[in-house]
Amino acid sequence: MALTNIFIQEKLVEKFGDQVSTFATDTDILSFETLAANNLKVIQFLYDELGFTFLTDLCGVNYPDQKDAEIVVVYHLHNFIENIRVRLSIAVPVEKPDVFTASKLFESANWMERETYDFFGVNFIGHSNLKRILNVDEMDYFPLRKEFPLEDQTRIDKDDEMFGRG
Amino acid sequence: MEAHKNIDLPQGSIEKRTTTLNIGPTHPATHGVFQNIMEIDGERVVSSEQTVGFIHRAFEKLAEHRNLYQITPITDRLNYCSSPINNMGWHITCERFLKVEIPKRVDYLRVIIMELARISDHLICNSIVGVDTGAYTGFLYVMQYRELIYEIYEEVCGSRLTTNIGRIGGFERNFTNTAFTKLEKFLNEYPKVLKEFESLFTRNRIFMERTQGTGGITAARAMNYGFTGPNLRAAGVDYDVRVANPYSSYQDFDFTIPVGTTGDNYDRFLVRNAEMWQSLSIIKQAYEKVQSFKGAAAEIFHADVPEYYLPKKEDVYNNMEALIWHFKIIMGEVHLPKGQIYSAVEGGNGELGFYLVSDGGRTPFRLHFRRPCFIYYQAYPELITGGMLSDAVVTMSSLNLIAGELDA
Repeated sequence: MALTNIFIQEKLVEKFGDQVSTFATDTDILSFETLAANNLKVIQFLYDELGFTFLTDLCGVNYPDQKDAEIVVVYHLHNFIENIRVRLSIAVPVEKPDVFTASKLFESANWMERETYDFFGVNFIGHSNLKRILNVDEMDYFPLRKEFPLEDQTRIDKDDEMFGRG
Repeated sequence: MEAHKNIDLPQGSIEKRTTTLNIGPTHPATHGVFQNIMEIDGERVVSSEQTVGFIHRAFEKLAEHRNLYQITPITDRLNYCSSPINNMGWHITCERFLKVEIPKRVDYLRVIIMELARISDHLICNSIVGVDTGAYTGFLYVMQYRELIYEIYEEVCGSRLTTNIGRIGGFERNFTNTAFTKLEKFLNEYPKVLKEFESLFTRNRIFMERTQGTGGITAARAMNYGFTGPNLRAAGVDYDVRVANPYSSYQDFDFTIPVGTTGDNYDRFLVRNAEMWQSLSIIKQAYEKVQSFKGAAAEIFHADVPEYYLPKKEDVYNNMEALIWHFKIIMGEVHLPKGQIYSAVEGGNGELGFYLVSDGGRTPFRLHFRRPCFIYYQAYPELITGGMLSDAVVTMSSLNLIAGELDA
């Protein structure tokens, strides 16, 4: 039986109730959110029951305006047999960005989590080797967070207003 | 197991049986900026740890401050052996996100360029595997034919390695007749070369003994490690983005996905060679399809997206609307829609994905590159542990690791 977005959504809601939310299918990928405490349970469920055995991508996004949900970790999972993808995101507060590691389930998560730690400071609980990967070890900040401006801020042509967010 | 016992002892202590060997960051055997700290017992690798990030250039941060068209040159510098695929992958991501309809002729022209890029990528990788097993001839011989591919790029976009080819919506100009003549020359000459290249290696006993059974991985482990592209297919999984999630009208072409069985260096080599034959066949089909457009249809080389595709220079001088769009595009005053998208293309070494998040500003709010070799390089220690040091060198080159992509 072909796996459809609606079927996946029903299965998830049946299993997790209101712990999974905000289902959307922009650009054909089913995306949804869950609580940070649930991420491993949901990923394991998708892996075991629905055949999402391939972790395509794992990355962070920083939304400085979302109170207590500033850091979002996004997982892209792929079911090769049915050829369907889902996007799972979890939000954590920037003061305490604790997320359970998926590297026990997917070896590929190991470096992607290190990368997410490196750039966003997400603390992956249970990770065997959580240290910086692309940046130098001595770095004491997390550069992809929005609080770090890229360019010389005295340049008015690089003002945020010029990028449509005044 | 005996070898593992004394591994943590300080260097120089009498009980220590293993040697710590530091290969890289710049080493003739690594073909790029790679560092590996290995523990070796005699010539056997006991353990290894990679260091990455030597040429990290913060592309994801840069992309947050650039308009869409300014991000294309960044993508060049990911996998620079096949930069046109990265460029097209980025354009396709933008077009999917902006819901732009692309004319068929543009799709076919893109397929020609992307498959040429795939050939040049695989050609480099396979000939480097040859170099690392002691056969320099193949490498020198095929470089001449990569040059033909680069000349086609040059004719289409003006540059060779970091191409910045195409625009959002299509190409910056139509292909000239010279470009097609060069393509025909390549299509005529290349099959003989590839055949000869294969005859140098495929049944060469030295090459087979060096590569067979080294650096192997099972299909299950490869999937768990996030392998994609030829490396995954060599392990026996027939996953190819061109077939699974067709882009740029790949569904119109007839081709097969070569797969291997053992996932070792030899299978990876064979899969890449077989893919080059498939790419050649795709280019021929695409060229025929392009030729079938006549008259006005043969002049279409871009879609109608005034918000993102620069108008012709004559129009900018003579036409008010074109002038306005020109300024809006150059100054980056076009606002993106809100939303997010993950879009992937089959790069030279695996699934190259772009995860774009937009908050309605003029630049991406967040752009993440799914770089295939960053993900599968993790498996390197597992592939080489227990093998000979000299096989580790071959394994590294047969994985098709590109430092620019690894470090982004």
